[in-house]
Amino acid sequence: MAMTGPAMRLERIIAPSWSRRLGLPALALVATVAIAAWLAWLAGAAPLTVLGLIVDGAAGSKFALLETLNRATPLIFTGLAVAVAFRARLWNIGAEAQLYAGAVVTVLLGTGAIVLPAPLLLPLIVGAAMLAGAALLLGPALLKTRLGVDEVVTTLLLNFIFLLFVSYLLEGPMKDPMGMGWPKSERLVDAARLPRIAEGLRLHWGFGLALICAAIVWVIQARTTLGYEIRAVGLNARAARFAGVPVNAVILKTAFLSGGLAALAGFSEVAGLKGALTLDLSPGFGYTGIVVAMLALLHPLAVVVSAIFVAGIFVGADSMSRAADVPTYIADLLLAVALLLMVLAIKMTGFRLVRG
Amino acid sequence: MEGGAAPPALRLDRITKRFGPLVANDAISLTLDRGEVIALLGENGAGKTTLMSILFGHYVADSGTIAVFGQPLPPGHPAAALAAGIGMVHQHFMLADQLTVLENVVLGTRSLWAPWFDRAAARARIAQLSRDFGLAVDPDAPTGTLTVGERQRVEILKALYRDARILILDEPTAVLTPQETEALFATLRRAVGQGLSVIFISHKLHEVLAVASRIVVLRHGRLVGEVAARDTDRHLLAEMMVGHEVPAPKVAAQQAGPALLRLDAVETPDRNNRPGLRGVTLDLAGGQIAGIAGVSGNGQGALADLISGIETPAAGALQIAGAGVSRWSPRAAIRAGIGRIPEDRHKTGGIDAATLTENAILENYEWPPISRRGWMRWPVAEARTRQIIETYDVRCPGPATPLRLLSGGNIQKLILGRVLEAAPRIILANQPVRGLDIGALTYVHERLLAARAAGAAILLISEDLDEIMALSDVIHVISRGRLSPGFPRGSKTPAELGLWMAGHGHDGARDAA
Repeated sequence: MAMTGPAMRLERIIAPSWSRRLGLPALALVATVAIAAWLAWLAGAAPLTVLGLIVDGAAGSKFALLETLNRATPLIFTGLAVAVAFRARLWNIGAEAQLYAGAVVTVLLGTGAIVLPAPLLLPLIVGAAMLAGAALLLGPALLKTRLGVDEVVTTLLLNFIFLLFVSYLLEGPMKDPMGMGWPKSERLVDAARLPRIAEGLRLHWGFGLALICAAIVWVIQARTTLGYEIRAVGLNARAARFAGVPVNAVILKTAFLSGGLAALAGFSEVAGLKGALTLDLSPGFGYTGIVVAMLALLHPLAVVVSAIFVAGIFVGADSMSRAADVPTYIADLLLAVALLLMVLAIKMTGFRLVRG
Repeated sequence: MEGGAAPPALRLDRITKRFGPLVANDAISLTLDRGEVIALLGENGAGKTTLMSILFGHYVADSGTIAVFGQPLPPGHPAAALAAGIGMVHQHFMLADQLTVLENVVLGTRSLWAPWFDRAAARARIAQLSRDFGLAVDPDAPTGTLTVGERQRVEILKALYRDARILILDEPTAVLTPQETEALFATLRRAVGQGLSVIFISHKLHEVLAVASRIVVLRHGRLVGEVAARDTDRHLLAEMMVGHEVPAPKVAAQQAGPALLRLDAVETPDRNNRPGLRGVTLDLAGGQIAGIAGVSGNGQGALADLISGIETPAAGALQIAGAGVSRWSPRAAIRAGIGRIPEDRHKTGGIDAATLTENAILENYEWPPISRRGWMRWPVAEARTRQIIETYDVRCPGPATPLRLLSGGNIQKLILGRVLEAAPRIILANQPVRGLDIGALTYVHERLLAARAAGAAILLISEDLDEIMALSDVIHVISRGRLSPGFPRGSKTPAELGLWMAGHGHDGARDAA
C-alpha cells in the first residue's frame, strides 16, 4: 500500500554532539513540567500555583529540604542498585525484595540478638544486610547464567514472594509481642540505630552512607577492572566473551553488588528512620529506583541528583495536595511522564527526524 | 533520445545522496535497456548499495530522478518500486524457513482480506516460471531444508512471481559454489532472452566480465567509468575500481616450521541450525597458511569457534604445539598463543559503543601493565592504543573515539593490532577481509604474510576462493562439517575445489583419476 503525503523518517546520527546529548534530556524535563502544569489545570487548579507549591513543598524550607533528602536516601540506594545491574544488562527488577531482605536482617541482628557497641554493631549489620540482598539476587542471576532463565521475570516475581514471606515473619516469628496485635517487629536497640547527622535535624546518617556508596560505585566503574568488565559485558556480551572476559562471573559479581546496595535501602530505612519493620516500610522504593537510575542515565553520581529530584516531586506533591486540593497522584503521573520522555530523549539522541 | 524509440527499462538521472558530510552518490546517471545485463562494480563503500536503496525506495535521493519504462518513479515508496516491476534479490535472503517454497513465493502478494487463495493456480504459475527460467526447485519443500543455491532460486522466483521486469541482484554469488554460480548465470541469460533487464552488483571482476554486457564502475560515490564488457579486462576494471593498479600479493615460498596446531578427528555438536565438525583432522605448521575454502554455513563457524576457545571438542583431540588442551576457553586460547581475528568484527570483534582504548585492551586488560591488582591503569592502556593506532595505520580522531565511528577497514586494523601485538604463534583469520576496500584488504594480507614469514601458523577461513588460492600454502575444503585432505598450493583447479565444496569431493577425485 502506497503512502501519501510527505513522510517523516528517522535518520541515524553517527556522532551526536554534546549539546544534543545534554539538550534533549533537558528538553524532556522542561516538557515534563509543561505536562504537569497542564494536568494541574485539568484538575481545576492554577498551574503556576500548583508548580510553585510543589517546589515550595520540596525545597521551600529547611524542614522541607531535609524531608526531601530523607526520602531520597532509600532511592539513592535502590537507584544505584538498578544502575549497577542495568549497566551489565542484568535487569534487576527485584530491588524491592532485596530492600526487604536488608530490613529483615537489620531487625534480626538489631533487636538485641547481639550486644555490641554501635561502632561494631552497625558495620556488622551493614555487612549482613548486604549479604542478604546479594543472596536474594544471586538466585535469579545463577538461573540466568546457568539456564538462560529471564531475570526480569524471576526478580519481579520474587518481589511478591518475598513480601509475603515478610508478612509471614511479621505475623509470626518476628511479631512484636508488645505490638498490640499489629504486624510489626520489635524496635531496634539504640546501638543499632543510625544517628542523625546533626543534633536536632531529622536527617540521619543513612544519607551519608548513600553518598559514600555512590562515590564507591563511581570509583568501581571508572577505575577498576570489574567496572571495565561490567561495561564490556553490558555493551556487547558476545564480544566480551570472545575476548576472554569471564561473562558469567561478571554477571554474578554485578548481582552481588546490586543486591547488596538495594538491601542497604532497607537497612537505612529501619535503622535510620522507622526503628522497626512493618509491611509498609517501602512504598515501592525498589521500583522507583528504576526510574531514578534511568533518569540518571545509569551514572552513579547522577543517581544522587536524580533521587533527590524524584524524592522532591513526591514530597512536594504531598504538601501541594494538602494546600491546593490536587490529588497527590500527580506525583506518580509526573514521574511516569518524566521517565517516558527521558527514554525518548535518550533514543532520539542518536536519530534525527527528517522530511521525505 | 530519438523520438519514437521505446523508453529504456530504467533511467537514473543525476542521483545525489548525502549523509552528513559524506556524498554517497554524486550525480550518478545511468540507463538500463530492455533485455540487458549491466554490472554495477565497485568496492565496498563505493555507493552501490545506496544507489540501489534509492531505486528501491528505502532512501530518498537529495536530488535526481528515476524513470521506469518512461514513467517517473515516486521517491521513497518501496511499494511503488515493486508495482513498477523492480525486483530485488538481496545478498542475505529474506525467506521464512518454516514455510514451503510456494508459501514464501506468494507471501505478501495476496490481500490480507482475501478469504481464500488459489493454491493450484499459484503452483501452476510457479511451475511455469521454473520452466521458463531454468529455476528448478520443489514448490512443496520447506525452505529451511534447501541448499543456499536453491534458496537463491526461490528469491528470484519471488521477484518473477511479482512480475518483475527489472531484476537487481546484490552480490548474488558470495554464497555460491563455482558450479552454482554457472547455473545462476544461465538463468540470467534466459531471463534476458525473455526481455527482462538485470542489474548485477558485484566486486568480483571475472563474474562481472562473464555475465554483463556493460559494466558501470563506481568509486567514492561517483560514476568513474562505463565500458562494454568486450572492450575491457580484469586489470583495466580493477584499476578503474581502485583508481590505481592493484598489486597481487607476493607469497614467497618458505620452509614449514614445527607443527603448532593439530586437530585429530574432532567432533563438535550442531548449534542453531549450524553444522558442527565431523571428524575433522588438520595439521598446521609454523610459517604456513592453511586456507579453509567452502560455501558459507558448512562448518566454518564451528571450526573458528573451536580454535577461538568458544567451543570444546565433544570427541577427538586438539593439540597446541604438541600439548593437549584441557579446560578450553577463549582465555585459554589467548594464553596458548592463539591470535583470533573473528568473522564479525562489529558483533564479535569489537564493542561498537566503547572507545578504541576499551576495545584495544579487551584481551589483556586483566594483567599488568594494563591493570594491577584489579585497578585499571588507563594512561598505560591509552598509550598502548596510540601505539596500535600508529603501527597499524588506524585512521581515527584518537583513542577516545567510539569504535562505531570507524570504517570497517579501520576497525579491522585495530583488531589486527590487538591480535598481532600479542605476538601469537597461531593466528585464526576468519574472513579477515570481507567487506574491506582494496587498500585495507591489501594491508591485512600483507600483515598476515609478514606474520607467516615470522613463523606463525595461520588458519585462513574464507568464502572467497580467489583469496584462498592466492594466499594458502595448503588448501582444505570444508563441506557439511567435514574437512577435505590438504591440497598443496596450485595442485587443484577452482572447478576441482568446487566439487569438494559441493560435497562431491570423493566422487570428483574418482572421476579425475
